[in-house]
Amino acid sequence: MDIEQANLTAVERMMESHPVLVGVGKALDVIPGMREDLLLHAGPPITWERASGPMRGAITGALIFEGKAKNEAEAQKLIESGEIALEPCHHHNAVGPMAGLTSASMQVYIIEDKKFGHNTFSNLNEGYGKVLRYGAYSEEVINRLTWMNDTMAPLLRDAIEASGGIDMKALISEQLHMGDEAHNRNKAGSILFLKALAPHIARVAKDGATAGDVLQAIGDNALAVLNPVMAACKAMAIAAHGIEGSTIVSTMARNGTDFGIRVSGLGDQWFTGPVGNPKGLYFPGYTAEDGSGDIGDSTITETIGIGGFAMATAPAIVTFVSGTPKDAMNATLEMYEINYTEHKYFTMPALDFRGTPTGIDIRKVVETGITPRVNTGIAHKDAGVGQIGAGLVRPPMSIFEEALVAYAEKYGF
Amino acid sequence: MSATKTEIRRGTYYDSVVLMQLQLSLSKLPGVVNAGVMMGTEANKELLEQSNLLTPEAKAALLDDLIIAIDGDDETSAEAALAQVDSLLTRRRSAAADQDYLPQSLDAASKMLPEANWVLVSVPGRYAAGVARDSLAQGKHVFLYSDNVSLEDEISLKQSAAEKGLLVMGPDCGTAIINGVGLGFANSIRRGSIGVVGASGTGLQQVTARIHQLGGGITHAIGTGGRDLSEPVSAITARQALDLLAGDDDTRVIVLISKPPAAAVADDLLRVARATNKPVVVNFIGYRPPAHLQQDEQLHFVSTLDATAELAVKLAQSPISNLQSPISPSAHLPFAPEQRYLRGLFSGGTLAYEALLLLQDYVPKVYSNAPLNKADKLANSLTSQAHTIVDLGEDEFTVGRLHPMMDNTLRLQRLAQEAADPEVAVLLLDVVLGYGAHPNPAGEIAPAVKKAKAEAEAQGRYLEIVTMVAGTDEDPQDMAGQIEQLEQAGARVETNNETATRYVGELLRTLNPLSGLPAVDPVALHQPLAGINVGVETFTESLKAQGAPVVHVNWKPPAGGNQKLMGILERMKRK
Repeated sequence: MDIEQANLTAVERMMESHPVLVGVGKALDVIPGMREDLLLHAGPPITWERASGPMRGAITGALIFEGKAKNEAEAQKLIESGEIALEPCHHHNAVGPMAGLTSASMQVYIIEDKKFGHNTFSNLNEGYGKVLRYGAYSEEVINRLTWMNDTMAPLLRDAIEASGGIDMKALISEQLHMGDEAHNRNKAGSILFLKALAPHIARVAKDGATAGDVLQAIGDNALAVLNPVMAACKAMAIAAHGIEGSTIVSTMARNGTDFGIRVSGLGDQWFTGPVGNPKGLYFPGYTAEDGSGDIGDSTITETIGIGGFAMATAPAIVTFVSGTPKDAMNATLEMYEINYTEHKYFTMPALDFRGTPTGIDIRKVVETGITPRVNTGIAHKDAGVGQIGAGLVRPPMSIFEEALVAYAEKYGF
Repeated sequence: MSATKTEIRRGTYYDSVVLMQLQLSLSKLPGVVNAGVMMGTEANKELLEQSNLLTPEAKAALLDDLIIAIDGDDETSAEAALAQVDSLLTRRRSAAADQDYLPQSLDAASKMLPEANWVLVSVPGRYAAGVARDSLAQGKHVFLYSDNVSLEDEISLKQSAAEKGLLVMGPDCGTAIINGVGLGFANSIRRGSIGVVGASGTGLQQVTARIHQLGGGITHAIGTGGRDLSEPVSAITARQALDLLAGDDDTRVIVLISKPPAAAVADDLLRVARATNKPVVVNFIGYRPPAHLQQDEQLHFVSTLDATAELAVKLAQSPISNLQSPISPSAHLPFAPEQRYLRGLFSGGTLAYEALLLLQDYVPKVYSNAPLNKADKLANSLTSQAHTIVDLGEDEFTVGRLHPMMDNTLRLQRLAQEAADPEVAVLLLDVVLGYGAHPNPAGEIAPAVKKAKAEAEAQGRYLEIVTMVAGTDEDPQDMAGQIEQLEQAGARVETNNETATRYVGELLRTLNPLSGLPAVDPVALHQPLAGINVGVETFTESLKAQGAPVVHVNWKPPAGGNQKLMGILERMKRK
């Protein structure tokens, strides 16, 4: 078996994947294996007992949204009795930011990989403030979810279909030239998204007021494009997954309690360890004490070579880690040490159009002692408070070491 | 006939400035008349149409599609230009070196300074072999300062380096000067014409310093590490270094310094030293040279460091020595690549024996049915191996037949057999005249020579056939006539055994690397030195001070020093 050849295949497939946003549909109808009694969540598998505050809040909110529970106690009962099952989004070709909660009747983005043919999914982004993904489930949260599902989603669906599909690979490569690293900063990408959708929304909307509301919801939300970007990244990661002999990481995700990775050549086995607490900047009135453990599937961006790995292209957000533009450069240079290649299509002007570091190699992580750098939002540890900051976090080294040992056992090293 | 070729790329975004640059680079390629690189907007398509670049494919392109259209002198030029697109897009300056990022791995350092040709390794011994191995895997020479590297690691590192044509100086190599740049501990020494090979760090430092004091200068000082001249390591680095200095035109005199080497290694090394054809000052502290390698005008044995420097400087200042053999068997002989061996077919036993002795100066091993050492005995006298000299006058060949001085039958059969071997380059035969010998040996040998050469030529090979005619002008065979017959058949004729054998030796030297090791690319010495330093920080500082580009690796033990994980990583690298 040739490790280099396997890794080359994995990263080539990752880079040649061609995700296009083709529609919006109901989770139950479009996500493979979705059921009425199933909730999808971010990160590796989790139980109620071990779930963090924001995760429990989001589960509660999703069950309220589905009309299955009225409060946290009822939600807990449903989950612990097994009446409602919890499974990772990643087990269903889906991803979701922060808690990543996706329930059967939620509308989700549909990505089609034009190169390899598979579909991936992500829920819709709610914007800022009190939102489900940070564990909030008050009435206003549920009302907003309902409006998104009933009003915004159908219009988005019609507009996307009318557009003939939005090329997410082209959009990501362009936003990377506009100051986004596409994980913590999606300002430019969201405007590109709005630009791509706007004419079609205007044409397909039944009335101007609805069109205006939806356009405003997207325009006001600098993270509007995050979810389709993540689903696009998931498509690229799937393309790289399951290559016999490959040491390339094909999933990184957190559920607020555990940080989990999967490796291309090691099948669907998760390697998990305790999440860290992000270091970063906090909104007024909050400190590191208030922060929840690291959470969300958005590390799918770093998995395929953007996000924290592309910091050199996003100097505007280095303040999150109280750094300088030079630190942003160095962050990307550091990530080259543990990645297998440089991206063919995602380039960074500040590094003379060098490709982003792509394809985390567990061998290099273990050898150098450098763990991947992840940019992330910071959730409050209590359910329902929402985002309180943003910063930098790294997965525990132990999960890469365990993966390497498992690899050695599987392949006889 | 001009031709337009188009490539459409989906799902890629490039800034328009990047695209304009690509367009410019493409249009400068040979055979390209015009090039257009644009996103598929209507406005862009109009522009392409005006330049006659809008092919049907381009016309069908969508808004998000990148159109690359090339109008070439012919289809081949257009296609060749299209094939350049990726490399033009990824071409960039290696801008990273001027950033203050300290790489943490050799990989990252190599990317920052791609021209780095040396890696300086001074990490703790137990990790040093791993770093050295990674460096060799990246095609870089290694200055291995670390000590406490196991003998097994040293041997395997040096063997794998030799296979790749790379040098490993060390382990425990304290000093070296390559192309004017000192590595490790080194004095500031004038450039000159003395090349130094040293297995002793302080010895090398002292001799080079003394050379400088005496007004001389050095080309390179190559360290080998103290164990290089031991029997198990068998002087791999020292032999490579002698090869390199032999081929280095700037080096006129070579100095070889070591504590007393193992006897077998010394023999071998001195043979390589002699084969450099340059004066070599040898200081094997306390070493007595073997009988057949007595001090002469080429090899000079001295016993103190001062005397070493003094003699080297004196030799370097003397007019160009005439060591180079007047016969220069040259590259103009059209040998095929696989031709490299000698087959000597002698009728005279002493002549064969002397030839074996003389050839020791040129090649490591010559097989024979009557060898100098038992180890070199032919397994089967009827079948040659590598370089072989057969004494056909030995008893085993003369049972039931006449001696080869009288009867050429067996020799002519063997000549045809050897000449047919595609690895054979040179044949050496003695032709002994005089009373009792064959009345006209050339009359039989010359036609066989002619036939063998013609057959080789027909197969794209060249056979050099050297004959040594032993006799006088008063011999009954008519010596001049014998020589004439042989020369007309295309043989080279000599009339004394040493000249004939040395000529053959010179030829073999050009066909076989001196040291018996694969050649090290001389670029190793001539290229401006650029280094990656893994370990002691002062080495980075000293390279910087000498103006050599250097990247310092912020090295940490691999896998945090975890033995189990290190073992796994190591095994994965070897696979």
